[in-house]
Amino acid sequence: MAVPAGTVDAATPAGPATVGTGVRHRPGRRLPLLRNRKAMTGLITLGFFAVVAVIGPWLAPYDPGRRSADLLQPPSGQHWFGTTHLGQDIFSQVLVGTRGVLLVGFTAGIVATLLAVVVGVTAGHLGGVADESLSVLSNVFLVIPALPLIIIVSAAIPESGDLTIALLIGLTSWAWGARVLRAQTLSLRRRDFVEAARATGESTWRIIAFEVLPNLTAVISSGFIGTVIFAVMSQITLAFIGISSISPWNWGTILYWAQSQQALAQGAWWWFVPAGLAIALLGTALALVNFGIDELVSPRLRTSGSGPIRTPDGRTVRMRTGFTPVLASAPPQSRQPRRQRRRPTTTRRSSRE
Amino acid sequence: MRFLLQRLAFYLFTVWAAITINFFLPRLIPGDPVRSLIARYQGQLSADAIDSLYVLFGLDQERSLWGQYVDYWAQLLRGDLGLSFTFFPTPVSDVIGNALPWTVALVGITTLVSFALGTGLGVLAGWRRGSWLDGLLPVTTFLSSIPYFWLGLVAIALLTGPGSFFPSSGGYEPGLVPAFDTIFLGSALQHSLLPAATILVSSMSGWVLSMRNMMVTVAAEDYITVAHAKGLGERRVALHYAARNALLPNISGFALSLGFIVGGTLLVEIVFSYPGLGFQLFQAVGAKDYPLLQGIFLIITVSVLVANLLADLAYLALDPRTRKEG
Repeated sequence: MAVPAGTVDAATPAGPATVGTGVRHRPGRRLPLLRNRKAMTGLITLGFFAVVAVIGPWLAPYDPGRRSADLLQPPSGQHWFGTTHLGQDIFSQVLVGTRGVLLVGFTAGIVATLLAVVVGVTAGHLGGVADESLSVLSNVFLVIPALPLIIIVSAAIPESGDLTIALLIGLTSWAWGARVLRAQTLSLRRRDFVEAARATGESTWRIIAFEVLPNLTAVISSGFIGTVIFAVMSQITLAFIGISSISPWNWGTILYWAQSQQALAQGAWWWFVPAGLAIALLGTALALVNFGIDELVSPRLRTSGSGPIRTPDGRTVRMRTGFTPVLASAPPQSRQPRRQRRRPTTTRRSSRE
Repeated sequence: MRFLLQRLAFYLFTVWAAITINFFLPRLIPGDPVRSLIARYQGQLSADAIDSLYVLFGLDQERSLWGQYVDYWAQLLRGDLGLSFTFFPTPVSDVIGNALPWTVALVGITTLVSFALGTGLGVLAGWRRGSWLDGLLPVTTFLSSIPYFWLGLVAIALLTGPGSFFPSSGGYEPGLVPAFDTIFLGSALQHSLLPAATILVSSMSGWVLSMRNMMVTVAAEDYITVAHAKGLGERRVALHYAARNALLPNISGFALSLGFIVGGTLLVEIVFSYPGLGFQLFQAVGAKDYPLLQGIFLIITVSVLVANLLADLAYLALDPRTRKEG
C-alpha cells in the first residue's frame, strides 16, 4: 500500500523509515517491492535487458548489417543464433536491436502515463463537466482499436523513425490508465486527509500534487508498465508488417526480414526464434513486476498456499487462503436430507462497488 | 433503458470521432501520393471514381474544409469508400465485403471461445487459490507476452509442412470455389484451425488472470462466507455466488479490450495469409493503398463498436442494478 500522505499538520515521521547507521536492514524494509519474489525476478530480467540495451552494440561480435559468406547458417560457435540469407549475424542483430525496443517502449510508456495522470486525475478530482468530457474522451480512445489506428496514422506519416513511433503509441494508449486513475482519484477525493487539506485552504493543484498523487503511486506505476508492454508489442508489430522504418535494428525488423525472406519455408527457425523469445521474456518480466505491484496493493491476490493440515482428531483440512477453513461437522454418511425449500436462486446482495 | 441509451449515444459519438479522424488523416499526408496514383491510372479511372477519390483525400482545394467534410459524409452514407489501388478497378467496399466474413468468423468465434474458456479457468484458479492451478499463472503470463503473430510463425514452422494435416496459409484449398457446400466449408475449417488455436492460446491468458483476481476479491465478501455457513455446496457457492458477481467486471473489461484484441488477431491473419481484413490491411500498407487502409480502419472500428454494444446488452442481462436505475 502506498504510504498515506500526511496532512499539513500531521508532520510526524513515518516510523521505521530512518535506517540506523551500520545496521544492515533487509532491502525489503524500505522497498517492499524487492521482497516480492515475482517482482524481483521481473526486475532482475528487466535489468538484464537494460544492460544489454546500453552495452549491446559493443558486445555484438559482428556488425548487425554486415554481409558475410556464411549464408543461412544454423547456430554454431561462430554465430550463436545463426545467420540470415545475407550472412548477417542474428545474435548481433538481437543485441543491437534491444536498445531500440526498450527506448521506444519506455518513451511511449512515459508519454502515455503522463497523459493518463493528467487526464485521469483531473477528471477524478474536478468532477462535473470536466470529468464528463474527459471520460468520454478516454472512452473513445479505449474503444477505437489502437493498432489499426496506429497503422493508418503511421502510414500517413512518411518516414517514421523510432521517436515518431514512440510518440504515436504513447498518444494512443493512455486511455486505460486514465480510466483506472480516475476511479482511484474519485475514491480518494472524499477521504479525510484530502478534505482536511481542502479545509486548510490548500490550492487544488497542491492537493492533487501532494495529497492525491502520492497515494496513486502503485496504480500509476502498474499502468506505466502495462503501457510499456503494449508499446513494445505495437512497435514490434509495426516493424514486422513493415510500416515503421526498417533501417534501425530492432526485434521486429529481424522478424520482418525473416518473414519476407521465407525463413519458415527454408526451415530457418533460428531466424525468428531468438527475437520472439526475447520479446516474450521482456514481456513476462514486465508483467511480473506488475503482479508484484498488484500484490503489494492488494495482498489477497498473492499466490501462497499451504498443503493439507491434520487436525488433532485425525481428519485433514485443506487451508485455503482467503477462506476460513471449514471442517465437515458430521461424517459424510449421515447427511441430513437437504431442505429444498426457499433456496435463494441468485445472490441478491452483490458487492457494493 | 437509460443505460442503453447512454451507451448508444456514446457509440454514435465514437463512430463520429473515428470518421472524423479518417477525414483528417489523409490531409496530413505530405506531398501528394494520391494525386500521383490518380495520374498513373488516369486513362482507366472513370470521372466518378476520380471525384470520389478527390473527396476522400481532400484534393479538392477549391472547396472549404467544411464543404469537403460534408461531401465526405455524403459519400460515406452512400457506402462509397473509393477505389482500391491494389485491386485496381474494384471499389474498396467490395474488397472489404469479401474479406469481412472471414475475419468475423475467425476472430469473432475465437474471441468468444477464448473469453469463455479463459473465464472458466479463471473461476477455477481463483476459487482453488493456492493449489496447483496457481502454477498456471506464470505460464499464462509468458504466453500472453508472446506476440500473436510470432506464435503463429512458430506454429507454422512446427506443425505445417508437406504431408501435414494443417495447411500453412490461405483460407481454403486453392482451386475451390467459395460456396456453402461441405467440401468448401470443411476446407475452410481445416485452414482456420491453426490460426484459431494461435489466437486462443495467446488471448486466453488475459481472461484467466483477470477472472482469477476478481474471484479472489469476491471470495472474501461476506455473502460468500454466509453462503458457506448456510452449508450450500461448494459448487453452488463458487458458480452461483462468487463467479456470477466476479463475471461483471470481466464482461465490461471484455468490451473495452476488444479493440486491443482485434488489433492482435489481425496480425495472425497476416502470418497465415488468411483472406480476412488483417491480411488486406497488410497488403494495403505494402502498396500504400490509402483508400483501402481507411476503409478497413473504419470497418474494424464499427465492428468493434457493435461488439461492444452486444457486450453491453449482455451486461444489462446479467446485472440487475443497471436495469433498476432506468
